[in-house]
Amino acid sequence: MSDHEYTPKSKVGKWFNDRLPILTLANHLTDYPTPKNLNYWWTFGGILTFCLITQIVTGLTLAMHYIAHADMAFESVEHIMRNVNYGWLIRYIHANGASMFFLAVYIHIFRSLFYGSYKSPREIIWIIGIIIYLLMMASAFMGYVLPWGQMSFWGATVITNIFSAIPLVGEGIVTWLWGGYSVDNPTLTRFFTLHYLIPFLILGLVVLHIWALHVPGNNNPIGIDIKKPSKDTVPFHPYIVIKDGFALLMFMIVFAFFVFYAPNILGHPDNYIEANPMVTPAHIVPEWYLLPFYAILRSVPDKLFGVVAMLSSIFILVLLPWLDTSKIRSAVFRPLYKQFYWILLADVLILGYIGAMPAEGLYLLIARVATTYYFLHFLVILPVLGFKEKTLQVPLSITEPVLGGSLNLATIKNKESFDK
Amino acid sequence: MKNLIKLITILALVSLTISHSNAAEKVELLNADWSFKKLFGKFDRRSLQRGYQIYTEVCSSCHSMKYLSYRNLTEKGGPEFTEEQAKAIAASFEVKDGPNADGEMFVRPGKLSDKFVKPYENVKAAQAANGGAYPPDMSVLIKARSGGANYIYSLLQGYEDPPAGVTLDEGVHYNKYMYGNKIKMTNPLSDGIVTYSDGTEATVAQMSKDITTFLMWTAEPHLEARHKMGFKAIIYLIILTILVYFSMKKIWSRVESEV
Repeated sequence: MSDHEYTPKSKVGKWFNDRLPILTLANHLTDYPTPKNLNYWWTFGGILTFCLITQIVTGLTLAMHYIAHADMAFESVEHIMRNVNYGWLIRYIHANGASMFFLAVYIHIFRSLFYGSYKSPREIIWIIGIIIYLLMMASAFMGYVLPWGQMSFWGATVITNIFSAIPLVGEGIVTWLWGGYSVDNPTLTRFFTLHYLIPFLILGLVVLHIWALHVPGNNNPIGIDIKKPSKDTVPFHPYIVIKDGFALLMFMIVFAFFVFYAPNILGHPDNYIEANPMVTPAHIVPEWYLLPFYAILRSVPDKLFGVVAMLSSIFILVLLPWLDTSKIRSAVFRPLYKQFYWILLADVLILGYIGAMPAEGLYLLIARVATTYYFLHFLVILPVLGFKEKTLQVPLSITEPVLGGSLNLATIKNKESFDK
Repeated sequence: MKNLIKLITILALVSLTISHSNAAEKVELLNADWSFKKLFGKFDRRSLQRGYQIYTEVCSSCHSMKYLSYRNLTEKGGPEFTEEQAKAIAASFEVKDGPNADGEMFVRPGKLSDKFVKPYENVKAAQAANGGAYPPDMSVLIKARSGGANYIYSLLQGYEDPPAGVTLDEGVHYNKYMYGNKIKMTNPLSDGIVTYSDGTEATVAQMSKDITTFLMWTAEPHLEARHKMGFKAIIYLIILTILVYFSMKKIWSRVESEV
């Protein structure tokens, strides 16, 4: 979005660029004016791109050795772990990579919630993001089925059975999904196909996500519109590139710790037992990143309404830009919203914890309260807050101090640790 | 920088919560001082070799080990038997091979490339011989049980008389670490059940430790390579991170802003 028109210096470059303006695109990406006060919560976009590429590369390598067959899948995974050169490394990166991917995406989403990045004019970026998140969940779930362990098999059975809650056609849909009358070889092969396909869909959507981002430009910690380019911005390269790189390296250290020193801590031991349709595990639990939704599903006594509640809890996010009626983006200037934000985060973490526990007694009660609060936050608190909340005065620009406002710069500095 | 610290704290908290929710155990498991658990953790080579002896002489009469081959016994990071030793071990087993040119199956001595010989032809045969219970394959057993090495180590030492009021069916035994306390496997170990060639005293605790170490290796044959590479990778990442941090500081010093 730079003002000037870019022309390559060399003759060949110009000739090529006139036919395919890829150099113009590269120039746009390096010059892209970025708010200079972005904090480290903004580095997760780059980290997520890294996660996606890592999953695709390791996934392709695994697919060269993996056998998608109910009788051979488990053994082929053990073959990868034992006999393929560095197979253990590739598989552990891929398996833990999924967890890292979700860790990063949750931070990315909650950053957006805190700084109001979903608000006008960034609604489309947000909605594409939610679609990516949905596809991530689908892909991760199907990937977890592929090793054909006990949790793979029974997780697949439970999750696909969700569709049987649909009135009239539900049972038919489940049979269609399974490719038979139970989870079996046809289910495994189609899950493998889809698990292979979805990451490339995500890749395409990521391009759209970034494209849509580059129209209005980045939101920033104080959530104001800024002039681009101006004193408030820095070019993407080298400033943001090196900062994202630094954050990515920190992230990779955590990633490496899991891969090399605790590769199975995020998985379930039962998945090292080969799938057995005759033996049901004591507790069927999904991977940690799906636990809050699992808790919502189980908190509703009726199967159909449980499914509706679970799906609504995700789709409600699509409506968020319109449910949040406040004109102010950043929570920095919304003292009340800020409180509710932290309560929501706690609520989701509680749901996640409950999702791993058996659905009975006190756990069930807490799950119901937490589920109710989750919906209350989006459907009641957010819309009302926009009208009732007394917001603090927002500065006019990142560099200029507030003119005659109640909030002085030192306060912002303390809160968000950005300078001038 | 403040944000960074906040971020790291949150990451640490989240991972703590996750590991905590996974390790929901009822009975306190016994804990041996495992040599393979630390940052540079390696297997105790002698213990692995003794563990292999326990497996062959005790466990293998019921439990298969289908993902391992005799060649694995010579590999680096394992029991590291010499090739001659491993060949002799393999040759001591009879392997069904074939069909030969006449279309007949035949029995020959094992080779390094053979998989560990199974005690039973199939699951049904194993169940028929064990009162309906299937002795699980031991290749990845440690990773397939919550509590891992400590669980297996405890289980082997957890046999005791049932407390008053608990009645056991025929062929069922009481074990305080087993889920539900009822186990079909008879107490496999007793003092002196094997004679270690290296002179180590074969107590139940010692044998439990050795077989558990061996099972940890069969489940994670590349554990030593993983620990070694992990250390190098993390050191490399830390150094690179520091370098990038200072480059970042330098680059951002051109702007009146804080990174």
